[in-house]
Amino acid sequence: MEQSILPEIKKAAKKSLKSRENELAETSRQLEILNGGIFADGELPFFKDKIAEIGQFPLRPQKLEILQINVGYMCNQVCEHCHVDAGPDRKEIMTRETMEQCLEVIRNTGAHTLDLTGGAPEMNPNFRWFVEEAAKAGIQDFIVRSNLTIIRANKKYYDLPEFFKKHNVHVVSSMPHYTRGKTDKQRGDGVFDKSIKALQELNAVGYGMPDSSLRLDLVYNPSGAFLPGDQAAMERDFKKALKEDFDIDFHNLFAITNLPISRFLDYLIASDNYEDYMYALVEAYNPAAVSNVMCTNTISVSWDGWLYDCDFNQMLDLKVASKVKHIKDYNEDILNDRNIIISQHCYGCTAGAGSSCQGTVA
Amino acid sequence: MANSYYDPADLRKFGKITEWSEELGNKFFDYYGKVFEEGALSAREKSLIALAVSHVVKCPYCIDAYTKDGLQKGITKEEMMEAVHAGAAIESGATLVHGVQMMNKYNKLSM
Repeated sequence: MEQSILPEIKKAAKKSLKSRENELAETSRQLEILNGGIFADGELPFFKDKIAEIGQFPLRPQKLEILQINVGYMCNQVCEHCHVDAGPDRKEIMTRETMEQCLEVIRNTGAHTLDLTGGAPEMNPNFRWFVEEAAKAGIQDFIVRSNLTIIRANKKYYDLPEFFKKHNVHVVSSMPHYTRGKTDKQRGDGVFDKSIKALQELNAVGYGMPDSSLRLDLVYNPSGAFLPGDQAAMERDFKKALKEDFDIDFHNLFAITNLPISRFLDYLIASDNYEDYMYALVEAYNPAAVSNVMCTNTISVSWDGWLYDCDFNQMLDLKVASKVKHIKDYNEDILNDRNIIISQHCYGCTAGAGSSCQGTVA
Repeated sequence: MANSYYDPADLRKFGKITEWSEELGNKFFDYYGKVFEEGALSAREKSLIALAVSHVVKCPYCIDAYTKDGLQKGITKEEMMEAVHAGAAIESGATLVHGVQMMNKYNKLSM
């Protein structure tokens, strides 16, 4: 990349694609890119053809295990790789009425895991009420994806560790690296120090301690145009460094591949890495990961109640191919009888050991 | 035909060398894959050794590949640069140690 372009990208990245009126804010443009270029030219195979080789097309759901609810795109951070295009300027927030509809589903679902995400889910004004109500449904594993810095962003969030503990919430937090430089480069200046402080506070109430039932897992996304390394090796390195340098404990590290959509797609194109990245994903295609990709056991709900095969399809506005498309009409049996919508971004979930919101899958 | 001896896109085609000599190519790639697995040395340590050697043998494909591999393994840029220096030190040492041969020859030829 030309050195002179770098500062421009950095500067632009402080706002969402939507507020920058970037052409990639239009999901149709993103899909055009993913379906065109090196795939349309026949240089690389379409995902559909690749999974057809192993008899997995059309891709079908298995048993529903995870209900993932996105309570809004507002966030206190503007991470360069964010597939949600989240940021302080995003006003899409789940209303209490939609939350009521979600609660009805949570009380009756066969899923064993409830997974709240965003944006920063804590910024939804009804977040605490929603967690309190959802916790009563007694779902086995109740995850909140917290970006850590939110805990230190404002006094009103300082008690979040205690709040999570009270409702036995499983905290899953992003932490791109155990060094300051790499973390701040991806997520913004000061993010590393705030994240460290937040992790220490979570540890202080018992989260992440070796024998604690208060689960604290970290998510690692590569900070650039490369794939994550071996999850177990990364976990070992993270544990050693965070313990030695900051006396921090956590349970597991989930290594998640950045999918080529939204802001990460913008970064790939602007830095002239798009083609190499797609080659790397296709080259790392692992047929063994296909049967366990998260869309086969997850339903993703958007802030306005629409249903998707996964969070990535949500961001590409690819609603489920089912007559049940909205949480208000939710019916698990009908939903489970559908074909999953795929495109070339799906290679991100089948590369290497596979990737999902719960880490590797193969 | 490319107007340069090195084309970054050729790295993606590395695997194609088996097409013209399948048995030897496959044996090489099996061996190569095995070498870089976790063993008495970690895959991380081996990646740094590979990066240093890539510089010493001045292979642009290898430098691209092992910089990326290092990033994937969470290796920092400071660690990568130290590895390059380790390679460079051995390479310059290998040159300089021949200075002894020069000194020996000089002394032998001089009265």
